[in-house]
Amino acid sequence: MARLAPLGIVPLGDCAIYIEFSKTLDLEVNSAVQRLATVVHGRALPWVRDVVPALGGLALHYDPDHEALAGNAVLTAANLIEDCLKQGLPKPGDLLRTVEVPVCYEPEFAPDLAEVAQAAAIDPQEAIRLHAAADYRVLMIGFAPGHAYMGGLDPKLAVPRRATPRAVVPEGSVAIANDQTVIYPYAISGGWNIIGRTPLAVFDAERQEPSLFAAGDRVRFKPITRADYVKMSTR
Amino acid sequence: MTVQDLGRHGLQHVGLCPGGAMDPVMLRLANALVGNEQGAAALEVTVLGPDLHFERETLVALVGAEFEADIPVNRPVLVAAGGHVSVSRAVRGARGYLAVAGGIAVESVLGSRSTYLPGRFGGLEGRVVKRGDVLPLAPESATLSQERFQALKHKRGASVRWSVPPLTVPDREPIVVHAIEGEHFADFDASMQRVFFDTVWKIAPDSNRMGYRLAGPPLTRAKKDEILSGPTCLGSVQVPANGVPIALMADHQTTGGYPRIAEIASADVPRLAQIAPGGTLHFARCGLDMAAELRKDAKTRLDTALRGIAWEYGK
Repeated sequence: MARLAPLGIVPLGDCAIYIEFSKTLDLEVNSAVQRLATVVHGRALPWVRDVVPALGGLALHYDPDHEALAGNAVLTAANLIEDCLKQGLPKPGDLLRTVEVPVCYEPEFAPDLAEVAQAAAIDPQEAIRLHAAADYRVLMIGFAPGHAYMGGLDPKLAVPRRATPRAVVPEGSVAIANDQTVIYPYAISGGWNIIGRTPLAVFDAERQEPSLFAAGDRVRFKPITRADYVKMSTR
Repeated sequence: MTVQDLGRHGLQHVGLCPGGAMDPVMLRLANALVGNEQGAAALEVTVLGPDLHFERETLVALVGAEFEADIPVNRPVLVAAGGHVSVSRAVRGARGYLAVAGGIAVESVLGSRSTYLPGRFGGLEGRVVKRGDVLPLAPESATLSQERFQALKHKRGASVRWSVPPLTVPDREPIVVHAIEGEHFADFDASMQRVFFDTVWKIAPDSNRMGYRLAGPPLTRAKKDEILSGPTCLGSVQVPANGVPIALMADHQTTGGYPRIAEIASADVPRLAQIAPGGTLHFARCGLDMAAELRKDAKTRLDTALRGIAWEYGK
């Protein structure tokens, strides 16, 4: 790809800044943003509080009164990004982690599977096969702790979000909408189409690594039976 | 009412906001008044206060919103073993912090004792504090309470003859909240931008620690294209399709797909946290330089109050 350069560096209030590389979802840019975030994070700068990769850019949350900024956060951040890009990003494969997620697609966990299959003019078993066969990438974590937006959904399964969101989607629900799939980290309202449930905790505050996913992870889904689900469930 | 400290930092990349006290200025003062380090865990009391029973002698301070209470507020008070403290309604401001010597000794989760309600962790079992709950204090809290109260200079009875100013609590409404242009400010045409700054916004009832919904004329965006989900921060003002702006507060989402018309200057967020549903505000345009001035002023006022407290403790 062409050399990565920011489209813009805009303040996100007075304690953060957004370094934007693309206004649309571009998978190469998305991957580069994630690798850039690891480089910036790796510098462990005392004025940087959080490095948050998003779909088309990254946010730097900083201590606005830190002396290293010399009162000009925008300039300091721009220099940092330029310097990190000059240093070079790790190759996409260097950081790749694969996370395998067991999913039970039984009807009791999949209230929207029949509807999704109908909309795609396939039978539910084929919908499950397609969902579990694809190779996903975590494009961004947001909305809730550990909540990963994963790209790579088979286009046949592309259905819009539900017209009326559910007040409560059960924890661990695996859902799809448009060209992405997500897993709800805890019971929360949501409008995506629920087609299964994982027994894994997507976010566990008591765990050494609280989030199961990191931006950039490769994710595979593995169909499991209800009995396996019960055996593996931590809830 | 929840247990809060200064929050858990460094986890926004996995979608977890720092959270913590909605008004960290008042939390810091409450802790300083009982001799704690500023980030100790305290009770965040929103609009309606509790009745508390103290098993041990405890040095407490209720700071922030002006509550009707049977102890003097904004100052340290030594509550006897077996004593009661009754806090009722806030008559001015929205959030009070009740700190105790030694802090509230709930377990630290991911580096903080703050309650994160959406994830049901931190604080007391990840939930709001209810009638009948027992809050753990530090084992040495009674000794600390006595020693610290002894150290105080200008005592009167079980309290002192002075108080700290509730720095963030407004005298009148609407309050002025300074707002920095957001990434999508220019997506709103000039008349909508004027509406944003000219309206007296009212905080809607369905507002909470995650965000404040602002009732007023709907804001419509001239550009109709979907925007790519991007990062948000404490104080981001998002405008969903229904035109009702949402100001993101302590337990906010870390990313969002709604246009952000503005971000509230960080120094003004604690002041906004002191406005309860039904309260009013208007936005004043602000640049980064002015935001830095506001931070500096707020820091000066806080430091002055903290120095005063330290002096009363003979430090």
